[in-house]
Amino acid sequence: MTFSPASRPKLASKARLRWDKREAKYFLLYPERGLLLNTTGADILQLCTGEHTVAGIVGQLAAKYPTQAREEIEREVMAFLAQIASRGLLEVEG
Amino acid sequence: MEYRPYTLIAELTYRCPLRCPYCYNPVEYTRHAGELTTEEWLRVFEEGEALGVVQLHLTGGEPLARTDLEALVQGARRLGLYTNLITSGVPLTRDRLRALRDAGLDNVQLSVQDVEEERSDRIAGYRAFRAKMEVAQWVKADGLPLTLNVVLHRSNLDRVEEVVVLAERLRVDRLELANTQYHGWALKNRDQLLPTQAQLERAWDVAEAARARLAGRMEIAYVTPDYYSQWPKACMEGWGRRFINIIPEGLVLPCHAAHTITGLRFENVRDLPLDEIWHHSESFNLFRGESWMPEPCRSCPRRSIDFGGCRCQAFHLTGNAAATDPACSLSPDHHLIEAARARAGEPGDRPAFTYRGPIHPVHPRGL
Repeated sequence: MTFSPASRPKLASKARLRWDKREAKYFLLYPERGLLLNTTGADILQLCTGEHTVAGIVGQLAAKYPTQAREEIEREVMAFLAQIASRGLLEVEG
Repeated sequence: MEYRPYTLIAELTYRCPLRCPYCYNPVEYTRHAGELTTEEWLRVFEEGEALGVVQLHLTGGEPLARTDLEALVQGARRLGLYTNLITSGVPLTRDRLRALRDAGLDNVQLSVQDVEEERSDRIAGYRAFRAKMEVAQWVKADGLPLTLNVVLHRSNLDRVEEVVVLAERLRVDRLELANTQYHGWALKNRDQLLPTQAQLERAWDVAEAARARLAGRMEIAYVTPDYYSQWPKACMEGWGRRFINIIPEGLVLPCHAAHTITGLRFENVRDLPLDEIWHHSESFNLFRGESWMPEPCRSCPRRSIDFGGCRCQAFHLTGNAAATDPACSLSPDHHLIEAARARAGEPGDRPAFTYRGPIHPVHPRGL
């Protein structure tokens, strides 16, 4: 699965985010497994609702982390989405 | 060291219409009579979540035999637990499936025994295949994720390719190709079930090719058989490390079968809080960590990878639950495994299965 700036990624129906009090991080839960997410990962996946484009997600993150270069954020978002998609946890609309 | 249980396996009942000869329920399951009430299970889920549990498996037996399943799912989802129903599918109706979905069910894990009706029903000891196919279609049509679980053994291992085709046709999200683990009923039927090395190698190649081809679309989990491995399985990822298994009457175990180890005493959620049992009970601490280990485990570099293997297997094969798992090639009892493997390589017919029993009368679609 590949993403372009216009893609609208959406969490697969089998995956769900859950705040974990103990770790103070988000888990991405899916059958039998859970991925503990870092802050940026959770920021990205919270925007994977099918409403936001990849470009939009990058824009929101750039606004949240103004000291980071936009190109760097874009690279990170793309790499992270590809990694989550390779586990079958993302769908793409558009 | 502080251990956190991530997964709670709730065996809601030992009742089941199916009679699979590899059932992981204990051979003497009828000795464990009585089931926790709805309120007791809901309290257990709450105590589990407070301990750190995030994954909940509702299983059995056949969990649909419980008329309060919807209430249990609802309670689990209120706690945010990822709730997976592990079912034969047989007693399900579409209305009930929708009620479970609306209660917040996250995933349905459906078993099939083989790829076509006659073979599948012969293993199940019940005419179940058609109902299962119908259930698989409903699950996807109603927007729920579907896991398909197929237990592999001598009689179906040559059809893994067809299993993958079936899974694709059913639009399965996760396929579990699970080689039989020889506990409970499966140990009784070991000579009938244990495949040959050649069968396993072919099946592995097919599964690997399918995994590569379907990456990102269908997750394929392949559970390797410890009888043909050099090292033992990391059973439950270690005793009392990540899993809690609660049986219908409320005993709290580190795995499905720990109560079949005679001489051990397990606590009941009716008597003690789950937190107390998990952290402080003698049973959960007995094989935790490494201090219990005999040689060759004690000085083995793999001890933190496989945790000495499976305690139940050690007990049922050697009589000593604290022995190195005989599946390990370094175990002094490994000849027991080699002898079973040698028998599997011999040609000729196998005796008939000993099916799980006694039978629970179940009316299809009307439990």
